[in-house]
Amino acid sequence: MGLLALFRRTPSSASVAKERLRIIVAQERSARGSPDYLPLLRRELLQVIHKYVNVDPDAVQINLGQEEGHEVLELSVALPEKTRA
Amino acid sequence: MTEIIVVTSGKGGVGKTTTSASVACGLARRGKRVAVIDFDIGLRNLDLIMGCERRVVYDFVNVIQGDCTLKQALIRDKRLETLHVLAASQTRDKDALTAEGVRRVLDELIADGFDYIVCDSPAGIEKGAHLAMYYADRAVVVVNPEVSSVRDSDRILGLLASKTQRAEQGNGGVKEHLLLTRYNPRRVASGEMMSVDDVKEILGLDVIGVVPESPDVLAASNSGVPVILNDESDASLAYDDAVARLLGENLPLRFLEEPKRGFFARMFGG
Repeated sequence: MGLLALFRRTPSSASVAKERLRIIVAQERSARGSPDYLPLLRRELLQVIHKYVNVDPDAVQINLGQEEGHEVLELSVALPEKTRA
Repeated sequence: MTEIIVVTSGKGGVGKTTTSASVACGLARRGKRVAVIDFDIGLRNLDLIMGCERRVVYDFVNVIQGDCTLKQALIRDKRLETLHVLAASQTRDKDALTAEGVRRVLDELIADGFDYIVCDSPAGIEKGAHLAMYYADRAVVVVNPEVSSVRDSDRILGLLASKTQRAEQGNGGVKEHLLLTRYNPRRVASGEMMSVDDVKEILGLDVIGVVPESPDVLAASNSGVPVILNDESDASLAYDDAVARLLGENLPLRFLEEPKRGFFARMFGG
């Protein structure tokens, strides 16, 4: 680190660490409460959808959330764009 | 009333055993009857840090398996007469530790009138770590201001909130505290190390102590005298503050800033 570093304003490594941790910890905490069957459920749903539409595996998102005291299973499928001849 | 305190962290090498030894000594020095138990089956180390390694005859697993009585296995500390150590077994059989066996030993210590039982957890999230925390009333989560330690601590916090008796019974859960070790105020000031506030914010927990990085910690383990007993060390004072806070005293954190060095010290080094 020389004089130039003073002007470049790169964030300190401690603040980079903090930011990275904040994100990963939040992500891991949100996954913590979710039941073990979610990945399997996701895979089987994907198989069913695949029978009708050819979707990308990443296009199926499953989330378990809390809403006003209820647990809500949220499923979102991004269908492929129709390519017309 | 006996209080069971687990000293845990997830990550290895952050200072669990050093902390267990110092907290146990600190409580005993305040007149409490304390038993400190090494849960690291197969990798016994608390005895070395406490300086009683040559007096281990029977261990934790011996007591559980009925090879001896608890009284025979408890090692009385030579410095503090209300302090007792229960060493870990060197067996490679991790299943030697059972929930039922641990419960029996804890119940016997409680019946014997101990004020505090300090459980020194092994690293990781396997059986030993699980059993060390399972019956705890309180947890001291030891963390270094460093990414992997902080992340692992959060994992441990998740387990404390779900895989302990208090969590399962729903009676308030385990009371959790953070204890930062190897804290280097100079590096925090220069932005190379996360600060107490950073770690506190990420983990969302109150801080019961901040132990500055100090050569005295290695010197203490070299000689088998827990660092808290070295009254001239900042690490000792920091641990003693943490013990006072565990007992409910409200003390401000110390050693968060680099000690100011005088002009001559800076010029000539000191």
